[in-house]
Amino acid sequence: MNRVVITGIGIVSCLGTDTQTVGESLRLGRSGIIYDTKRAELGFRSPLTGAIEGFSTEKVLSKKQRKTMPDFAVQAYAAAMEALGMSGLAPEDIQNEETGLIFGCDSSCIAAVEQVDLLREHGGSHSIGSGFVFRSMTSTVTMNLNTLLKTRGACWTISSACSSGGHAVGQAADLIALGRQERVICGGAQEVNWESMCSFDAIGAFSTNFDNPGAASRPFDKNRDGLVPGGGAAALVLEGLETARKRGAAILGEVRSYGFSSDGLHLSVPSLEGLRSAMEKALKIAGMEPGDIDYICAHATSTPLGDASEAQAISKVFGPKTPYVSSLKSMTGHELWMSGASQVVYAAIMARQGFIAPNINFKEPDEHSERLNIVKETVERPPRAVMCNAAGFGGTNSCLVLTFNK
Amino acid sequence: MTDQEIIELIDNTLANEFELNIDDMIPGAVLKDDLGLDSLDRVDMVIVLEKAFNFKMSEEETIRAIRTLGDIHNFVIGKKHEMQ
Repeated sequence: MNRVVITGIGIVSCLGTDTQTVGESLRLGRSGIIYDTKRAELGFRSPLTGAIEGFSTEKVLSKKQRKTMPDFAVQAYAAAMEALGMSGLAPEDIQNEETGLIFGCDSSCIAAVEQVDLLREHGGSHSIGSGFVFRSMTSTVTMNLNTLLKTRGACWTISSACSSGGHAVGQAADLIALGRQERVICGGAQEVNWESMCSFDAIGAFSTNFDNPGAASRPFDKNRDGLVPGGGAAALVLEGLETARKRGAAILGEVRSYGFSSDGLHLSVPSLEGLRSAMEKALKIAGMEPGDIDYICAHATSTPLGDASEAQAISKVFGPKTPYVSSLKSMTGHELWMSGASQVVYAAIMARQGFIAPNINFKEPDEHSERLNIVKETVERPPRAVMCNAAGFGGTNSCLVLTFNK
Repeated sequence: MTDQEIIELIDNTLANEFELNIDDMIPGAVLKDDLGLDSLDRVDMVIVLEKAFNFKMSEEETIRAIRTLGDIHNFVIGKKHEMQ
């Protein structure tokens, strides 16, 4: 099996539109959550959302290129270009069958809404532009990036709800480990718009603590009352260790293992066993003991049931003395399809910039989170061995173990 | 609307939609080879021209036969004359 390393990272999120800015936000514990007056006017239970500021799709790609791309696909392209720039790979280095693309994404709602609106308004399909069919597919990120970057290897999207990004990075790493690809540009993307979030709002999953938007997402806190949606795009360049070494690439970190599982239980209520199983598998594949991990980048989204379940799973795997734990969703909100991949990018940013970001808004533990060593203030040292958890509706879980050596 | 005004509206509409240089909008320009417009762009070309001139371009055979910008000029001018 080939060892798999990270040679590039990129991100567009509510914490910033490049890795340097996002790192500064993470270190400062800065929230990217806002109160969206449009959602309030439309009758949302919760108008809170992550908001991406300072990103202009027009500056990234031409009108013709953007025609087939929703905003989050353009953000994925920008993140991928940042990651590729960092990796030192030239455009011609990736235009081959040994370079693939795997992203996590589970909706492209706004394009579907707009095309139906056009059809109803004009009484036929003749007013629906040619870009809609490509914008409305969940695979829109990988199909567009494949065309733009001209990679010729793997090209597909993984849809597994809020663990999509985690599974995408995991499968990308496995393809390299197995020798099926030399490198894979992977990640996750999540649309930020009210159209895609209204049904999520309707099931009462969102926090209604909107007097202070920045304090609404409170993973693991006793008084948490729901998640806050966010999004954007995160991208990584993964390569085989030998491939990276041969071309003299700077190695940011290593993907040591990918564990996965599913609950086989309930659509929206996580089991106590599923995530635990994924974590144990990831540790076993990595050949590591729980004590080898020094930071858990938790999935915890600020929902009462989900956070309790993950806290119990962490306790079962790690016992009474857990590593540092923080959920960055306290700052970003829940980046949904993107989150499993953005956690890996955030972890790599923290390793590069030398800190572990806090779980902001954590004031008081509950009976489960009191057993966790939750990071309340920024820790001024880099993480060395990181576990990134992700879990999604339907009970699909991913766990990635990463190591970083300074 | 004069024929020249129709031609200018076509050229400006297509230049704006496809981010083309207006200097390249000459009647002999071949849509695919000179202006880079592929089969998907033709779908959008019809939509923006219908909107600009407020008529339906339902003659699919005629539209399919269009090769150059000059063909579009002639087609739209013909349509406008029919409507008058």
